[in-house]
Amino acid sequence: MSANTNSQTERRIIYLVLLIAVALPLIFPIGWKTEISGYTKLAWELIQNTPDSSVVVFSFDYDPSTLTEIQPMAEAMLEHSFSRNQKIIAMALWPQGVQMADQAFTEALKKYPDKKYGVDYVNLGYKVAGIVAIQAMGKSMPEVFPSDQRGIKYEDIPMLKKVKTLRDVAFICSLSSGTPGIKEWVMAARDPLGTPVTGGTTAVSAPGLLPYVNSQKQLYGLLGGLKAASEYETLINKIGSATIKMDAQSIAHLLILVFIIIGNIKAFYNSKRSEQ
Amino acid sequence: MKYKVPLIFAFVCGILVVISEFIPHRPFNMLITTLQDWFMIISGFAIILGQISLFQANIKKIRGKNPDWPFYLAGLISFSIMLIVGLFWGTQEYRGILGHGDKIQAAIGMKPFDYLFANAFMPLSSTMFSLLAFFIASAAYRAFIIRSFESNLLMITAVIVMLGRTSFGGMLTSWLPQGLYFLHLPNLSDFIMEFPNSAAQRAILISAALGIIGSSLRIILGIERSYLGGDK
Repeated sequence: MSANTNSQTERRIIYLVLLIAVALPLIFPIGWKTEISGYTKLAWELIQNTPDSSVVVFSFDYDPSTLTEIQPMAEAMLEHSFSRNQKIIAMALWPQGVQMADQAFTEALKKYPDKKYGVDYVNLGYKVAGIVAIQAMGKSMPEVFPSDQRGIKYEDIPMLKKVKTLRDVAFICSLSSGTPGIKEWVMAARDPLGTPVTGGTTAVSAPGLLPYVNSQKQLYGLLGGLKAASEYETLINKIGSATIKMDAQSIAHLLILVFIIIGNIKAFYNSKRSEQ
Repeated sequence: MKYKVPLIFAFVCGILVVISEFIPHRPFNMLITTLQDWFMIISGFAIILGQISLFQANIKKIRGKNPDWPFYLAGLISFSIMLIVGLFWGTQEYRGILGHGDKIQAAIGMKPFDYLFANAFMPLSSTMFSLLAFFIASAAYRAFIIRSFESNLLMITAVIVMLGRTSFGGMLTSWLPQGLYFLHLPNLSDFIMEFPNSAAQRAILISAALGIIGSSLRIILGIERSYLGGDK
């Protein structure tokens, strides 16, 4: 058997074992507990300590490709915000963020069916131009969003009566998987206007955003990946999709470690053989 | 003329934006608001331009029978279907040319655009991203081999962060006494992310910011002209 065929076979075995390892915990959940990190706690505290009836912004800056990691965060944070009686403005800097917002609200509203559109929450829809749109929102929100997703005029939406610029919102939560996203909100809203910004992103993107979680609170905590989503669910006493999927992710990580060990043993034997 | 006018526009707009950051008063703040409005309008048109360009580029490849042309055809068909159903029956809140498509909604439970989005686009998109896990597993098996000091360091760090990011990792070292709790895997993982990682990320961020300032100045001053297209 050639080296190439060997490598192909190994790859197929890895794929198959990984598939089984990920699928089994999803079918038979283990229920491992997740420890809460400081970054998640900080984001939770921001929502928890924001007064009742405050208007807050949730920006859905992602698309379905990162749905698995970010949607559980969105649902958990929306639920938390609703539980604190905050009034939520949903918007999107990504075109498909609008649909993501709709789905997150559908889930959150199952627990809070008495929340009314226009009074407790509103979806302003997608706005093109990324950071420039945020800068313009810092000057006038009705100019950037003359009407909401349903075509209702900004002035006619009861919960937006006193919200003229981004300075009038208590905090901004950007759920983002790239550009425009959290970084743009920090640059165009947190730094010039002083409006607190928090958010969630994929585990891959989190290391690049952690420098913003600093003593100046440029970013008020950060949820990075599925683990952070499950931590947030734990904080709000919810057994959601992130908590269930976290078992599968833990097993997958462990399996990758096993693969690394096997790969090293194989490399060690190969080098011994070549020395001989 | 073809090149001079855009260069003058870029220079004037660029200088205005820079000045308005330092002098946020009249007339600069008003001018900058107008420029922001222009940018949003132009960005909206850019989406339409992108769609036309996508259509033209795909048709060219299909006509030329490029290798993999069936994939371009599939892309074009998918694009057209979403465009047509969106135009005819609209999306969740918006009505289309033919109204809300009540009969179709009664049959499939939602509007055709939303149905395709939820049942085709979303699962396909998530699947593409999820496939990364298989490549990472295979790459980790082949690449994380102890060869040198640097590769050892990389592997040890990766193992700590990977374990620290799992529920299992926390359980593994939860027995540690209080005095040694800094060795608890999630704590070690957080330490790596907060200090060595953040230090490196900050260096990258600062370097990138300086690079952006440099290239922006080149564009404003008309030294960098590649955005104009052609040979200039």
